[in-house]
Amino acid sequence: MELTGAEIIIECLKAEDVDYVFGYPGGAVLHIYDAFYQQDDVQHILVRHEQGATHAADGYARSTGKPGVVLVTSGPGATNAVTGIATAYMDSIPMIVITGQVPSHLIGNDAFQEVDSVGITRPIVKHNFLINDVNDIAETFKKAFYVATTGRPGPVVIDIPKDITAEKVEFEYPSEIEMRSYHPASSNDTGQIKQAVELILKAERPMIYSGGGVIIGNGSEQLHTFTRSLGYPITQTLMGLGAFPASDPLSVGMLGMHGTYEANMGMHHCDVLIAIGARFDDRVTGALEKFCPTAKIIHIDVDPASISKNVKVDIAIVGQVTEVLDEINALLSPATDQINKGEIEKWWAQINDWRAQDCLKYDRESEIIKPQFVIEELHKVTNGDAFITSDVGQHQMFAAQYYGFDKPRRWINSGGLGTMGFGLPAALGVKLAHPDKEVACITGESSIQMCIQELSTCKQYDLPVKIINLNNGYMGMVRQWQEFFYEKRYAMSYFDALPDFVALAESYGHVGIKVEKTSDVRAALEEAFKQKDRLVFLDFITDREENVYPMIPAGAGLNEMILV
Amino acid sequence: MVYEENNTEAVEMRHIISILLENEAGALSRVAGLFSARAYNIESLTVAPTDDPSLSRMTLVTTGTDEIVEQVCKQLNKLVDVVKLVNLTDDVHVERELILIKLVAEDERRDEVKRIMDIFHGHVIDMTDTTYTIEVTGDSEKIDAVLKALEHITMLEVVRSGQLGMARGGKGIV
Repeated sequence: MELTGAEIIIECLKAEDVDYVFGYPGGAVLHIYDAFYQQDDVQHILVRHEQGATHAADGYARSTGKPGVVLVTSGPGATNAVTGIATAYMDSIPMIVITGQVPSHLIGNDAFQEVDSVGITRPIVKHNFLINDVNDIAETFKKAFYVATTGRPGPVVIDIPKDITAEKVEFEYPSEIEMRSYHPASSNDTGQIKQAVELILKAERPMIYSGGGVIIGNGSEQLHTFTRSLGYPITQTLMGLGAFPASDPLSVGMLGMHGTYEANMGMHHCDVLIAIGARFDDRVTGALEKFCPTAKIIHIDVDPASISKNVKVDIAIVGQVTEVLDEINALLSPATDQINKGEIEKWWAQINDWRAQDCLKYDRESEIIKPQFVIEELHKVTNGDAFITSDVGQHQMFAAQYYGFDKPRRWINSGGLGTMGFGLPAALGVKLAHPDKEVACITGESSIQMCIQELSTCKQYDLPVKIINLNNGYMGMVRQWQEFFYEKRYAMSYFDALPDFVALAESYGHVGIKVEKTSDVRAALEEAFKQKDRLVFLDFITDREENVYPMIPAGAGLNEMILV
Repeated sequence: MVYEENNTEAVEMRHIISILLENEAGALSRVAGLFSARAYNIESLTVAPTDDPSLSRMTLVTTGTDEIVEQVCKQLNKLVDVVKLVNLTDDVHVERELILIKLVAEDERRDEVKRIMDIFHGHVIDMTDTTYTIEVTGDSEKIDAVLKALEHITMLEVVRSGQLGMARGGKGIV
């Protein structure tokens, strides 16, 4: 039977097991929306702004491992989606973004709501397509899902002119796809792996540095085996939190600009660094010339371009994290008696000395609410098992430092691009994917206002996420930098007018609670999570000038932290 | 947020890279866009379909340190449209460039230009009463030498094709 291009799009999504599409209609995608109307297999979630659609799809993807799917119209629909596409790109999140385009004969004519979506998104996608022929839709979708989800994942944009979605053709979805120009890395280099194992066993002051790639590549289990069989210390990046349990004594916490003293000192003094699915981001390395001065470096990554990009490594292994670690673990398991037990014990003694600094201490007696305290209490109330999304800034760092993630895919934040406004729509996507789990969005009064309109989407689809608003009246991280580096000249980092968040939440049909005293924090959190079916907006009025510590200033090495 | 300038000095070298890519709309802009987005340098770039019309072959000349050129190659390889990439610099290879020059050729200049063309194995391919249009092919040093030999003559127009490159020996990149 012949189907229209629009119907074929729906069939492609069904064939790819897509259950939700996050979108917003407009002229160029009306045929597609009409096709949505006539079926029940793929549910469309109507957001309030296209940026929200991309972040919601992103949250869905990060929490499930499945690609998130977005549908927006041409022109402003596509440009509004750009921030969310770039966010997904920087963090290697699989996403399919379908953008409507003006009819074929108008392309290039500066038509109403026309932009060159393929051109605009080119630098922020793994790949993109402009479909010129209704016969190409099925194959293009197959390719798009394949590219988005394999190798180092990423967003793929499919731009479809309106007329193509109305034309009719026989539908057949390819069962397999072969692309001569795309071969995601799969082969492991056995020689390099053997060398790596030798070096790992010889280490006297080892450090495992694990990143988001372990979570994206579903390599958590293999990482547990690897780390525990060695008994070596492990530090995790902002994107990697949860791949190895924070509560395990082998974990020394997060590293980098706001990492723990023990993690950063361990990095600086280690003799063998084992980087797994991490990309030596500038927020991790600090000054490159001072980075891990005494270490031989092993780097495992699925993306060859990540190897020796910022830091020259000694042994590079390109491949899927699960396959590489399986192979390494198989070689290690009969050889663990070769570990330098004596040296490793000394190394742990040194690390425990650093740990004794208690770099994450703060004033727990304060009557003014400390943001760190709210996160610690949230951990207790949710048994450390909630899905936590965040926006960007101080609250994000506090969440990363104090929540203590024990499982992968529980911590959902915009690490690479640092997109304020990410948290609420991401939480919405997570909640759709995990309706029976607790989902909390840790945010601040500045970030939350960037996508606040999605409170309305949460109401429409009954998505009872909990919003933890750490309200200090400032753009906290900007203010902190201004305090440290601009002699407290707080330029434009303060809002003279903030909404009444309780009233705002209520006007959207939700519950709002304002909390102003430390002694009320626990009860408010318990009350919020007791309201199973309601979105509760908790507005915590926190210490206005609390800072995130430790901190490595720009240009400094990992051993040059500012402590409390 | 604050970023530090990285002033490490390393030797910059010229590299010639051959790329086989899908002959599709947008493939060229993916390559060009990569260079501008990552602040890499393009000295010349030529591209045209091959004997297989679904493929284009591109020859790209860039300069950079070994580390940068290694990154350039890895990033290019990552582009979904790139089928195959070879850095020809690493092996013996031939390079050719074509130059067209329209120059003022009157009186004794007409013979002089012809003599210079003989020396460089070039040709006069078009003429008027007062001008010649000449073509010369060769590696970039030869082309530079032609330009130098003609520099005292008024040139009306100069167009260079950019380098084409191919490895010597029996193996191909396809």
